[in-house]
Amino acid sequence: MSYTNQETTQTQKDQRGILLSVQNLNVWFELRRWGFGHAGYVRAVDGVSFDLHEGETIAVVGESGCGKSSLMKTILGLYQPTKGKIIFNGEDLSAFDGNRMRRYHSEVGYVQQDPFGALPPFMSVHRILEEPLIIGGVKSKSERLARIRKMMEEVKLAPVDDFLEKFPHMLSGGQQQRVVIARAMIMEPKLLVADEPVSMLDASVRVEILKLLRGLQEKHNLAVIYITHDLSTVSYFSERIFVMYAGQLVEKSEVRALIKSPAHPYTQALLTGTSEPDARNALTYKEIPPGEPPSLVKPPTGCRFHPRCTRMIAGECDVNNPVEVSLQPNHQVSCWLHK
Amino acid sequence: MKTIQQFLRDLRQYPSALAGGLVILALFGVAAYAMVTIPYAEAIRLWRGGEDVWYQNPKYAPPLWLNWFTDKKQPESFIIRSEDNPQVKQVQDNGETSRITLTYQFDYNYDDFPQEMMLYFKSNYLEKQPFVTILWKTPDGREIRVANTGISREQTFRFSQDEKLVRRLGGMNPVQALFLPEKAETGAPIKGTYTLVVEGVTFEQGSNLDAEFVFHGLVAGWAGTDHQRRDLTVPLLWGVPIALAFGLVASLGTSILTMIIAAVGAWYGSWVDELIQRITEVNLVLPFLSILIMVGTFYSRSIWTILSVTILLSIFTGGIKGYRAIFLQVKESTYIEAARAYGASNARIIFQYLIPRMIPLLIPGLVSSVPAFVFLEASLAVLGLGDPVLPTWGKIINDAQVNAALYKGLYYWILEPAVLLMITGLAFAMLGFALDRIFNPRLRGM
Repeated sequence: MSYTNQETTQTQKDQRGILLSVQNLNVWFELRRWGFGHAGYVRAVDGVSFDLHEGETIAVVGESGCGKSSLMKTILGLYQPTKGKIIFNGEDLSAFDGNRMRRYHSEVGYVQQDPFGALPPFMSVHRILEEPLIIGGVKSKSERLARIRKMMEEVKLAPVDDFLEKFPHMLSGGQQQRVVIARAMIMEPKLLVADEPVSMLDASVRVEILKLLRGLQEKHNLAVIYITHDLSTVSYFSERIFVMYAGQLVEKSEVRALIKSPAHPYTQALLTGTSEPDARNALTYKEIPPGEPPSLVKPPTGCRFHPRCTRMIAGECDVNNPVEVSLQPNHQVSCWLHK
Repeated sequence: MKTIQQFLRDLRQYPSALAGGLVILALFGVAAYAMVTIPYAEAIRLWRGGEDVWYQNPKYAPPLWLNWFTDKKQPESFIIRSEDNPQVKQVQDNGETSRITLTYQFDYNYDDFPQEMMLYFKSNYLEKQPFVTILWKTPDGREIRVANTGISREQTFRFSQDEKLVRRLGGMNPVQALFLPEKAETGAPIKGTYTLVVEGVTFEQGSNLDAEFVFHGLVAGWAGTDHQRRDLTVPLLWGVPIALAFGLVASLGTSILTMIIAAVGAWYGSWVDELIQRITEVNLVLPFLSILIMVGTFYSRSIWTILSVTILLSIFTGGIKGYRAIFLQVKESTYIEAARAYGASNARIIFQYLIPRMIPLLIPGLVSSVPAFVFLEASLAVLGLGDPVLPTWGKIINDAQVNAALYKGLYYWILEPAVLLMITGLAFAMLGFALDRIFNPRLRGM
């Protein structure tokens, strides 16, 4: 896959409007002891800031439990931010009332990881796709059906009549994921949040689903937040990549620059761990960081990666929080090594 | 449609379900029949009726079909009305006076004596009463004078209570003596054709005389009679719709409300859930029957009050815990998260996403819990807390118990409603178990 498309858009990037602006977002969950005693917070998202332009695709990568999902659910409006702001199209999410929130829900699509779990088992495809339309206030039944048919064709669930009255368990994993994508897209959102959309699919259908997402993204000028732990699929259709570790974004960069010269030790470790499909890789030994991601209840002081970092600067990394440094206009890293 | 066909195909694999289903259908048929043939007002009138409604029936009479199973045949009850049977009445009009002869002929092939015989006279006159002579003709050719008496406009002649007749028959009970051979004091009645002749004379132009001969045998009707001469078919038939209505409404109301409340608690969590759980726990330790007895004793014994209280007390029971446990699991499923992400409201999630998931569990539970409520209603009636107006199975058992039916050997009185209760319970249980197996995949093949 070439990056020509991204290179041209990259130069025009500053002309594109900002669709979503996340400002110092914190999402903490209170821990309770005996049901009422306070026992601290799980800091799932801890000071995350970024801007997302219209039609732009970003990838958020990180290990399991790094707060990717909490970040995503907060953007979707499912969790309340503890601190910080989410600005969508110039409007603050926290100021939305019930009606505006419902409209916001139809402006943001959500593609989940497990396609079977994401579809109510007792609803037919028709009903599943109709639900967002009913909630979104499309009153006319014929209009709803027309939109469902159009969307199903767009996600290549054709012939439509064969699928319309089927139940999720009658579909293959790939077909189920197409239904999930169709459901996310049916209200013609401006932003699509895709939470590991291909990780539970067979390798054979992964590429097709990614191609489909990319096609939809280009056709509808869709902004996409693509959440994954798998760096090998990121380069497929993302422009920028955010590396998340223990609730914080440690490196933000264009995909090409990041892959070519990862600045944060954690990013370097992640990239080392990613296998290109090459037979020689089977024989090479790769250095991966020891240990596990830290507790989000009591995160390490200073840089959160320092206990696992091979290049830790004693007295600096374990004491002071790293500040974000711009290496290039579109490449920021939070690491004392680059100070 | 397809799912319904599939469901019926599954159901066919369980003979018990078919049997249960058929019995339930039959019960619904009987309920419909009862309500059509005996309208509610009529049923209440019959059930609350006294001697005036039921004078034609003997007391404590077992059903007719008891004779099919015994060698000693017991006399059946019957009535003959002179108004309805032209061959009974012969009129010889002599102008001022007229001679009216009423002849009641009946075959008697039984091995026991009747309970009572009566003549209900009706006459019209201005001043001079008609006069009658009552004669009894036995199959062996004897003719016994029963009575000579003047007849008022409405008069009842009871054979066993006529002092003169008793004296003439040597102090014996007339309903026995009239059937025994001459001079015999005990033994079996003579079989054959008896004739009761009422020879009446009226003394006015246009004066008329009619009489209804009521013969109280020892068996009566298809269900027998109780202490108030009431035919038990009325409460037995009407017990069906009442039992079904009570059982189904209570079961449906309880199951659906339980499910909705459990879903609301599980969905909203926090204090809503806590409140529901605490209410349930308190309710679980409260004695259910005692509360119902208190309500019945101090407030109202109306079936609707009892039904409402039953539903109210049955909502917050173990079911709520079970449903909640499953809802808590379903609540976390990704399709609920997806529904929230496309903006489904709380009510929509509860009713369109949480509850439909539980329907497969709801239906067998609903069917299986019907008998419990049917029995509950009957138990309350047995305890004397049944609806005072409605004829129900429980009321029959209550009456039987109060009148020492078992002590007197009147087994039919208790067994009839008890068997119906058993059949109803069994039918719903059999269907419920089969539905449970069909809907609950974990039980399949066990």
